[in-house]
Amino acid sequence: MNFETTIGLEVHVELKTKSKMFSPSANEFGDTPNMNTNVIDWGYPGVLPKVNKGAVDFGMRAALALNATIAQDNHFDRKNYFYPDNPKAYQVTQFEQPIGHDGWVEVHLSNGTTKKIGIEELHLEEDAGKNTHTGQYSYVDLNRQGTPLIEIVSKPDMTTPEEAYEYMETLRQVIQFTGVSDVKMEEGSLRVDANISLRPIGQKEYGVKTELKNINSFTYLRKGLEYEEKRQAQILLSGGQIRQETRGFNENTGETVLQRIKEGSDDYRYFPEPDIPPLQISDKWIDEVRASIPEMPHERRKRYINDFGLTENDAQVLTSTLEMANFFEDTVKQDADAKLVSNWLQGEVSAYMNAQKLDLQETKLTPENLATMINLITDGTISSRIAKKVFKETITNGTEPKQWVEDKGMVQLSDPAKLLPMITEVLDNNSQSIDDFKNGKDRAIGFLVGQIMKQTHGQANPKVVNQLLISELKKH
Amino acid sequence: MNYFTNDLTKIHAQLVNKELTSYDLTKQTITALKETDKKVDAFLTLNEEKALEMAKAIDEKGIDPANLLAGIPVAVKDNIMTKDLRTTAASKILENFVPVYDATVMEHIYAHDMVPIGKTNMDEFAMGGSTENSAFKTTKNPWNLTKVPGGSSGGSAAAVSAGIVPIAFGSDTGGSIRQPASFTGIVGMKPTYGRVSRWGLIAFGSSLDEIGPMTRSVKDNATVLAAIAGFDEHDGTTVNKKVPDFTANIAKGVKGLKIGLPKEYLGEGVQPEVKAAILAAADKFRELGATVEEVSLPHSKYGVAAYYIISSSEASSNLQRFDGIRYGVRATDVKNLNDVYVRSRTEGFGPEVKRRIMLGMYSLSAGYYDAYFKKAAQVRTLMKQDFANVFADYDLIMGPVAPTTAYGIGEDVSDPLTMYAGDVLSVPVNMAGLPGLSLPAGFAAGLPIGMQLIGKAFDEQTIYQAGYAFEQATDFHKETPTLGGNN
Repeated sequence: MNFETTIGLEVHVELKTKSKMFSPSANEFGDTPNMNTNVIDWGYPGVLPKVNKGAVDFGMRAALALNATIAQDNHFDRKNYFYPDNPKAYQVTQFEQPIGHDGWVEVHLSNGTTKKIGIEELHLEEDAGKNTHTGQYSYVDLNRQGTPLIEIVSKPDMTTPEEAYEYMETLRQVIQFTGVSDVKMEEGSLRVDANISLRPIGQKEYGVKTELKNINSFTYLRKGLEYEEKRQAQILLSGGQIRQETRGFNENTGETVLQRIKEGSDDYRYFPEPDIPPLQISDKWIDEVRASIPEMPHERRKRYINDFGLTENDAQVLTSTLEMANFFEDTVKQDADAKLVSNWLQGEVSAYMNAQKLDLQETKLTPENLATMINLITDGTISSRIAKKVFKETITNGTEPKQWVEDKGMVQLSDPAKLLPMITEVLDNNSQSIDDFKNGKDRAIGFLVGQIMKQTHGQANPKVVNQLLISELKKH
Repeated sequence: MNYFTNDLTKIHAQLVNKELTSYDLTKQTITALKETDKKVDAFLTLNEEKALEMAKAIDEKGIDPANLLAGIPVAVKDNIMTKDLRTTAASKILENFVPVYDATVMEHIYAHDMVPIGKTNMDEFAMGGSTENSAFKTTKNPWNLTKVPGGSSGGSAAAVSAGIVPIAFGSDTGGSIRQPASFTGIVGMKPTYGRVSRWGLIAFGSSLDEIGPMTRSVKDNATVLAAIAGFDEHDGTTVNKKVPDFTANIAKGVKGLKIGLPKEYLGEGVQPEVKAAILAAADKFRELGATVEEVSLPHSKYGVAAYYIISSSEASSNLQRFDGIRYGVRATDVKNLNDVYVRSRTEGFGPEVKRRIMLGMYSLSAGYYDAYFKKAAQVRTLMKQDFANVFADYDLIMGPVAPTTAYGIGEDVSDPLTMYAGDVLSVPVNMAGLPGLSLPAGFAAGLPIGMQLIGKAFDEQTIYQAGYAFEQATDFHKETPTLGGNN
């Protein structure tokens, strides 16, 4: 029997507003526990929420960038459950009427095709705090409590783990370019839960699904789904039944593991949040938010190809993160050659980032320094061999390349008046090579250039030396 | 100070003329309170030291001649958050709870130089109509100490009725200001929903709750409401409207006003003396030049059922935060997290609160939501429509506040349904978010009867105008309680 896989993803994105969804506390990651809290975040008696319009703006911006339709009559609902990181014992969310619905993204697959993946809905809600457990004590940190979130629920449109992976890549990219979130999985500003089920090909109804939770990276998402696909197929093929359950991914074994069996659905006793009046979103408001959306990755790619003559592939890599795309454009603005900038970013810069495990922003490299360095190469001031040294210096220590090259005496020797006496001397000492050259042995040139390079400690411009040598040899 | 014979205008004149200081007034008031409260049990917590300090500071600053409220001692219901002053909502679960912030209403009280002298008793979390549901004490009706003062703002009502303070603050979710005002013969206003900030009011039914003033006279009431009303950025449900001077046109009279008297409000279950008093009040209004005609609010009969579903549903959610984790009482000797929740809440909440939480959770449960909560919300819409229909032709609606006068302590508490039925005339006002005033309109067997005047949303002014006209034309408000136990 052959199976068809169905995957749907629920993605939570933290919005990087200044303050929280319903309280004026700072929305900051990584501060001292409970520092960014007030009576609202504590769920103190008598407190009331106040909607942060900026969070609504950000949520709308994300929804619009994901091609969703905005609901104009919004209200919030309460989702009730007890947990220490949930101080009011209810989460304010949008249950009945999500702010956005019917969006989509287009993903590029490895076989060269593209696929449109539907987004069922996007809703605004508040994040919970965090519990930590040490010894016999449990601690509650409410800094994250009330952080604005947008939850993005895909349609069950994905049929392979690769599609799920690419969907996440595209989603992350689009949202990052809107500027509403850092979308960093490691900081929890992007989180994903996956639902996966199998059904015999041709069957209409979906199979029983399992839910993958607490996934730490897109790669683990793909691996977990791949494992789950195989596990479910094995069970079904052996005549077994899939149990509706929540599973986690074990990064060491590459397997998914049971976390919780779902018996029936949880009853959250949803009802309209009476403390927040209905939120009307006018056409004008929607238009304003739409106008505030920055240039999206696909628009940038088009521009890179048309304006800078880059390849589709170059454009893809450069727009993979907002940082990279902005860095590229800022460097090109300093009159550096776009193709060279692209090559450096994809080559040496990416290699350095990978080796050091750093984001582009965490390196000391600036667009100005990269442009200066590239221009030093194109105008022949430094050789590409020297350039590697310069690059290492500037990306590690942030040193200004031009000054450094001068200070270190690394400027390439291109002046014929200085090179000619050396060439004459080398030729005088290597008459054999002159004969070889005359007999058509081109290797002789290489040897002679090597001699000059040795004498100049690598600083001679090989191109110029080459030219001078040939014209001198012809004189003999 | 005799608060029975001195209204705000008279006290204010003495303060301005320096015949009296706020300090002395506060001191006298607290001294008298300690004596009177032995009989009435209206207060849960006194604010003696701070109140005296505050009064002294107000004296030093000087009494503002333009501010009738300057230097006046007031009492505050114990579900209003008072910074550094114990706030319990009359619940064991908050027995030793001392807030770190002030309700917006408290900020208005301080800004107007009023002097809060203590926190008053109430039904636990404002759930009840007799103040018998307090976890701490039973407040008595000053007119007859064997009777309840009504509730849930029974402590505030009794404090004003007994002449302890000239002003007290209450909250009203389904009648909790108006019904105790009616039972104790004082004036109590439930303002329009959104008129007074709920920031700092311990929530019961968030879509129904409103804070309001309780006073001895209509004019004093209007003065106090103006001081506490207004838009608050902390409360998204407050409305950004200018607060009028409610006393400006108060003496305009009722000539030409059209008043509706809903036939449903004088139906079965209304005590004959209460009915007679309201009919007599209708005649009085006619005599004063108003038109009073019978109208209909046909969905009133569903009001109590729908109200108990909505208020309990909201309460079940609002009261979840009392979980023993961050503040309040936490059960000791627990084995796990679930134990903390179950034991803290089992030990901390009283029976009526538990009953409402269960009712509310049930009404919101999957599979029951449509039949209960949603249906109740639909009834609420119809009730609002009923009022809108009447207010298309009328300026005010009049009726009783409660079907009966105050009942005996211990009489009704065992039968919640009888107790709930007493809310039939007061809950529609909350369901529709309208303003409603209770004022003295008669007596039966020595117990006060209250009349209710209901106005259009944000038209408290017309209510005060009619209430003042009625008060000036009658003597019911001049009667004073005996603090006796005559049956």
